[in-house]
Amino acid sequence: MIEGILQYEFLRNSFLTGMIVGVIAPLLGAFIVVRRLSLIADALSHVTLAGIAANLLLAKRFAFFAGISPLYMGTLFSVGGALLIEKLRGQYKHFQELSIPVIMSGGVALGVIFISLADGFNTDLFSYLFGSVSAVSRMDLYLIIFISIVVIAVVFALYKELFALSFDEEHAKASGLQVKGIHFIFIFLVALVISASMRIVGILLVSSLMTLPVAASIRIAKGFKQTIFLSIIFGEMSVLGGLTVSYHLDLAPGGTIVMLAVLILVLTNFYKKFLLVRADKGEKSIDGNGGA
Amino acid sequence: MNNRTVLEIHHLSYRYERESVLEDIHFSLSEGSFLALIGPNGSGKSTLLKLILGLLRLQSGEIFLFGKKISHFKNWEKIGYVSQKANAFNTGFPATVREVVASGLTKKLGLFARMGRKDWETVSEALRMVGMEKYINRNIGELSGGQQQRVFIARALVSKPELLILDEPTVGVDAKSNREFLQLLEELNHNFGLTLLLVTHHLEEVTDIVTHVACLNKKLLFYGKTEEYRKFMSGKTTIFYPFAESFHPEGANR
Repeated sequence: MIEGILQYEFLRNSFLTGMIVGVIAPLLGAFIVVRRLSLIADALSHVTLAGIAANLLLAKRFAFFAGISPLYMGTLFSVGGALLIEKLRGQYKHFQELSIPVIMSGGVALGVIFISLADGFNTDLFSYLFGSVSAVSRMDLYLIIFISIVVIAVVFALYKELFALSFDEEHAKASGLQVKGIHFIFIFLVALVISASMRIVGILLVSSLMTLPVAASIRIAKGFKQTIFLSIIFGEMSVLGGLTVSYHLDLAPGGTIVMLAVLILVLTNFYKKFLLVRADKGEKSIDGNGGA
Repeated sequence: MNNRTVLEIHHLSYRYERESVLEDIHFSLSEGSFLALIGPNGSGKSTLLKLILGLLRLQSGEIFLFGKKISHFKNWEKIGYVSQKANAFNTGFPATVREVVASGLTKKLGLFARMGRKDWETVSEALRMVGMEKYINRNIGELSGGQQQRVFIARALVSKPELLILDEPTVGVDAKSNREFLQLLEELNHNFGLTLLLVTHHLEEVTDIVTHVACLNKKLLFYGKTEEYRKFMSGKTTIFYPFAESFHPEGANR
């Protein structure tokens, strides 16, 4: 495996991308989960599919697009989808969650139209849907590195604002924070992370990398910073483990990565139960002593 | 007592589409006062608070905060807010008491600034004031309702506000915690000179600690000092009668 990474550039690219995605997806995922916005990632990933399909279609018709990575078009659509979600949330103030199915189904519908215009599926599209170890080009890697720098820098700079908004939006508004602006920056970052992650885990599973490691860490973490830290550890374990399994067994990495994330989630739940039982026993023994 | 005016409300009216919620509200609150705002459900209390906190845009009338028109007011850290919603927050949120209280400094610190050692000391100090310092590293969801509410007060106090607004903060809190909570408010008002505006349904619980009372039912039916309120109430069986027959606070018969 290590020999393969040293020998083949595509493997190096995949593992580097995996390591980056293992950090930025759970990092933003922590905010997404606590704000109960998990489905936004799903909606944006489906819009990204439309962008990828549009690029594949254009590549068939115009030689110019054949030389451009579909990742750029996917990112463009993802950011556009983020803008539309915000617009719809503003228009449906009492049914804000409606914006998610609207954008999600719109994204899929547009993607299907582009795919059928491009005369159906091909292996390239398949790799976008389920991820691929061999799909990350050097240009893709550069874009992903750029995205990760932007995401980490913005989260670092706006951490306290993002936390305040996530914990209590009404209080954040009342204390004079520019809640709308911060929320928009946040959704914009989500769109970028989805674009960066989809090469490895695939569009259909990208949101799981933002939510599953967080769902596992939230069970055992003390405080929000620790939640983020553990989420990143679990994310890295899933991505690197999943890529290794996928390489050796020749499976789509999206599946192996997500199944590992599920396994970690199950194990943390068992661990939490163990902790609760132990605490319960401790309390009973204290009660017993007190009564005696 | 210093007579500097903290809050002035001038002929404020507000409508939600066709329904009038507030009509010609006019009063002011000076530094060091403790005002209890009471009124039945739908009387416009929450709307009034939202207007004072700048969460709703003014339609008619004017609000002055610390002598400045609300549209020009920028020092929101001078106002602490404890919402009723704090009782219904997501208890599964993985945040420590320390993180929650520190979030109260977000606006004061400004964009891109990070918490420094002094800021963390301020967080500890705010928790000390509300008697919650020993819980600093506990997750907020592990605390009781009364303890959580004290933490939310600490979050409001951490930016050293001059006016603290509380919207029915003891909803869902047991009687003992409620008493302790009101005692804490009294201390904050007495010992630290903090100006307080408390929205409550249970006026009888607070008449001994507040300095002023405002009774709202779309219109301001009464506004004055607690003694004046007691005089106003003498011989009456219900607070609002004959103004609003629908409102019968529990304390009215005592």
